[in-house]
Amino acid sequence: MRFALEELTCGYRGKRVLSDISISVRTGDCLCVLGCNGVGKTTLFKSILGLLPLIEGRVTVDGREMQGLPARERARLIGYVPQAHVPPFPYTVLDIVVMGRVAHQGMFASPGKQDVEIARQTLDSLGILHLADCVYTQISGGERQMALIARALTQQPAVLLMDEPTANLDFANQARVLERVCRLTGQGVIVVMTSHSPDHALRCDAKVLLLEREGGHSFGTAQEMIRPEKLNRAYGVPVCITEGRYRNHVVRGCVPLIDADVKPDASDNDRTDQRKEETL
Amino acid sequence: MIAALACLLGAAFLISFTQGKYPLTLDETLHIISHYLFGGEAAYAHASETVFLRVRLPRLCACVFVGAALSAAGAVYQGIFRNPMASPDLLGASSGASLGACCAILVGAPALAMHMTAFAMGLAAVGLTFLVSRLVDRRGNQTLTLVLTGMVVSSLLNAGVSITKTLADTDDKLGEITFWLMGSMTHMTLDTLPVLILPILLGLIPIVLLRYKLNVLSFGDDEARTMGLNAPALRGVLIVCSTLLTSASVAACGMVGWVGLLIPHLIRMIVGPDYRYLIPGSMLAGALFLLLVDNISRVFCQVEISIGILTALIGAPFFLILLARGRKGWL
Repeated sequence: MRFALEELTCGYRGKRVLSDISISVRTGDCLCVLGCNGVGKTTLFKSILGLLPLIEGRVTVDGREMQGLPARERARLIGYVPQAHVPPFPYTVLDIVVMGRVAHQGMFASPGKQDVEIARQTLDSLGILHLADCVYTQISGGERQMALIARALTQQPAVLLMDEPTANLDFANQARVLERVCRLTGQGVIVVMTSHSPDHALRCDAKVLLLEREGGHSFGTAQEMIRPEKLNRAYGVPVCITEGRYRNHVVRGCVPLIDADVKPDASDNDRTDQRKEETL
Repeated sequence: MIAALACLLGAAFLISFTQGKYPLTLDETLHIISHYLFGGEAAYAHASETVFLRVRLPRLCACVFVGAALSAAGAVYQGIFRNPMASPDLLGASSGASLGACCAILVGAPALAMHMTAFAMGLAAVGLTFLVSRLVDRRGNQTLTLVLTGMVVSSLLNAGVSITKTLADTDDKLGEITFWLMGSMTHMTLDTLPVLILPILLGLIPIVLLRYKLNVLSFGDDEARTMGLNAPALRGVLIVCSTLLTSASVAACGMVGWVGLLIPHLIRMIVGPDYRYLIPGSMLAGALFLLLVDNISRVFCQVEISIGILTALIGAPFFLILLARGRKGWL
């Protein structure tokens, strides 16, 4: 499977937000879209999902163009996980996950036994089968996020778009959700997610599409892209790449610097340390 | 649960025939029904047959259909507008139908013509709401614009209703208009029954068939589209159906409030929010509720009280009870 954006230009009526993006990822890849607030991450997602007409270019899955496909067929190729939200009515988690099967049903159909079975299997594979009968409005934010991921997976799409899967989650839940997301790529789904922390791209060993201010962009592996100078240009703050060791395992992270870190009277010793890390 | 409601409704329907000023026994009722359904001899008084056919049958049918229609329309609106407070008159159908009926009364049109005018005006009002919201909407925030435009159109049409009241002859027409606006089943006849039932069936059938999709629509247009539904088209169909239901109901028996708001909430509490069960449950419960209220207005009161007044008298406190007992996120 191959998911590609080809010379994609998107934006709103008459206003270009992103221009000429050409990238492609394959099965097993996780694509992380990074960039500061208002740079066009949501616009890009809406364009890929067909909620916003493209200005130019194409979105393809295995060479098949998305534009003009009916919603039902598009949904079988590209699934979407919105940020955890509260629906107006208190459905159970299982009800919500079963709704992912709508793309595979006829117009007047209701879900059958098989659909419920697929939904249960998906919940099981994500380790949240115990939530099946819980009321969605009464579970935690992290659990809601997992339920929405399960819903998108029962849709059985080739590509899964996630809008900040870790937004509004606490420290531990961020790690848990991120771990599940990374694991999905091993199951043959192409994951495309937006994130506010470049850390996540490093942790998932993702491909990175970095959207810069002023409408530019760059694309590459996390190793190539998560670098101080690139992040500095994209976010407008100096960034430090840190490295830690846990047993024999190297863990890398990414920390934005604040005034206290960069003021000139910081000791020389610290500076050399920082430089050393930057070259890594 | 649904089956229990259906049985209850059937029983209530039969017993309702026996309630009222003219004494009609259950036995007679069953005889008349079996005579019409299966032939056989007519073992009952002629007067009973007349009361059955000309008075009670149209009236009870109207209760059942209007109750089912308003509840279904309310449940649909609550889902597609993602607002638990939405009721069937949200987009101006009731106001339009009211204005149509008032104008018809003003010019002294016969009952059938009045029904037709009211029905057509109800449809036209929602059409107008759609048209205006299309013109006004520049940011693509369709649902909100539609609801707000609906409020504007309703308010304008209500002003129109007030004008007809001002113009009406205080001796007879004004009273007739006022009484009609309060909601009443009294002027249902066999002739006007088809004008009520046909549009209601036409509206109910697609809603029943599409009811599972309402679950998905309640997550909002964008999400429904990414899940594979053509959300704008589906919503359009459902709004047209609900408008048929509301306009036909209001045209037949005036403003009967609370049914469309109260019943879906009540049923949601009992069977849960899944529209697969919510729609049939609401239809049955709405029909049952209106039948009971109509019985109360016929039997327990010396002067027949308008059904609209009774639904409000019963509905408002009941709704407060639901509010107080409602679980988080249900209201």
